Amino acid sequence: MTTTAIDAGSRVDEDTAGEQLFNELIAQDSRIEPRDWMPADYRKALTRQISQHAHSEIIGMQPEANWITRAPSLKRKAVLMAKVQDEAGHGLYLYSAAETLGTPRDKMTEDLIAGKARYSSIFNYPVRTWADIGAIGWLVDGAAICNQVPLCRASYGPYGRAMVRVCKEESFHQRQGFEILLELANGTPEQRAMAQDAVNRWYAPSLMMFGPPDEDSPNSQKSMEWKIKRFSNDELRSRFVGMMVEQVKVLGLELPDKEIRYNDETGRWEHGPLDWNEFKEVLAGRGPCNAQRMERRREAHEDGAWVREAAAAYAEKQALKYAQAA
Amino acid sequence: MSEANASATRITPGNALRPEDIALLETKPADAVAQYALGLGDDALILAQRLGWWISRAPELEEDVALGNIALDQIGHARSFLTYAGRAWDKTEDDLAYFRREPEFRSVHLVEQPNGDFARTIARQFVVALYQWELYSRLVDSSDPTLAAIAAKAVKEVDYHRDHSIQWILRLAQGTDESRRRMIAGLKLTWPYVEELFTDHPLIDELGDVAARPSSLRPSFDEAVKLVLDEAELELPDVPGAIGGGRQGLHSEHLGYILAELQVLAREYPGASW
Repeated sequence: MTTTAIDAGSRVDEDTAGEQLFNELIAQDSRIEPRDWMPADYRKALTRQISQHAHSEIIGMQPEANWITRAPSLKRKAVLMAKVQDEAGHGLYLYSAAETLGTPRDKMTEDLIAGKARYSSIFNYPVRTWADIGAIGWLVDGAAICNQVPLCRASYGPYGRAMVRVCKEESFHQRQGFEILLELANGTPEQRAMAQDAVNRWYAPSLMMFGPPDEDSPNSQKSMEWKIKRFSNDELRSRFVGMMVEQVKVLGLELPDKEIRYNDETGRWEHGPLDWNEFKEVLAGRGPCNAQRMERRREAHEDGAWVREAAAAYAEKQALKYAQAA
Repeated sequence: MSEANASATRITPGNALRPEDIALLETKPADAVAQYALGLGDDALILAQRLGWWISRAPELEEDVALGNIALDQIGHARSFLTYAGRAWDKTEDDLAYFRREPEFRSVHLVEQPNGDFARTIARQFVVALYQWELYSRLVDSSDPTLAAIAAKAVKEVDYHRDHSIQWILRLAQGTDESRRRMIAGLKLTWPYVEELFTDHPLIDELGDVAARPSSLRPSFDEAVKLVLDEAELELPDVPGAIGGGRQGLHSEHLGYILAELQVLAREYPGASW
């Protein structure tokens, strides 16, 4: 009894000291590292965000992988393969970052497959034409960059550092998407129409990638206090619109939004209304490809179970062999 | 770097060689040399097409990355070989990849074989990687400097493919009962197509020091295979070799489907650039 009381007492002291240090580190804009004390809610929020981010990279491989075998030139095929491979790499860094918070990768994968974890809704839209590969690179990766560049300064060290590398690669991805669209926009009339059609379909979903409007985003406030998130959803969305407005001119295409304007008073770009109902529907699992994406992930995981078991069994046997030899 | 400079400095064995550099070459390969390059390029292209399917479907993320990387290396080799071959006939790599018909392809049956389960893919990778390693190790000394330069780059990459497949052969053969059963089945399905890799087709007689004679690669291939299978405690599959003919344009039933997928978009928009 006494011992327990002492333990509990010293734990309280540790917690108080830890919390103080945590608050100081956050206030100084310094970094929290895996072994540092952190509030349970901070750990939970980060685990949720980083694992969702990792799942998005992994599910996001599917829509683009859909075109690897059909890419219209060998150079494009090579670039696309490299891009989808990068996404697997991003998933790996992010799962590793999340693991430093105490949740193993297997558990996160199980949650994804069980439908308990989320991934970015954008990947539930179908990739219908080759131009969609360009639009995804330009718009979807472009939006991801706007979101992720500030995350390089996230207060949690492993996340921020993973994002530095992710962002470098994402900017290549965006350029390749832009280049695909540029080539199509300057191609035959049919190619040009294909490019415009893809931009029309991906524009609104990419704007919605920043999450609901600020007034409907309850988690954002806490995340900003903890310096995980640095800018609000609407702020980032407005920046993104500003970037795209300029870039679309170079493409010679149009954004399907007549209401884009720069507001001199607020200093922000504004856009037309977005269909948040559709966003909620897709988020709730009723997007065109939700079931397909989940099924494919589940299938790959289940079909691969015997391989993972074999690798584990082999590693164990090898370890035993070395131990006996020693 | 100026264009002239690019071709002058890059085409030396050991330097990274890009298909774009090869396209700038002033010399054109003789028809037989181009035919030879076409065969090697088609092998790499069809294999890359097969392996590309795995990306987003592999048993573990690390394997999505690994198989994707191998596919990417192969597509790189294909681009170089096809670009070089195309110089003989004023064709680009894409003209050759997207606008030839099935009988005009020169790939061997092995690379056309289905992925099957992971063990079957690994069995195919094992054979291809060991074969390509022997082949490119020899082609480094080809009297054709472009083929030698492509091989010099490729051999380093294929060395990793070799390592990757060998590690998996060992793991699967000695992992669980199920993985061993699947590995044995995968090797058995793959082995009929080994013979074609080492068959001397008539073209070889015209090439002299330009090419590596396929039959001459066999002893070291067999030796390398034996070392791995011994360590994995596996038997060499006892199955008859299949009649090949890929180098003469006689293909497996699979190639038509592979090409249908590979070529569909390019053929829907002939003359378009991407």
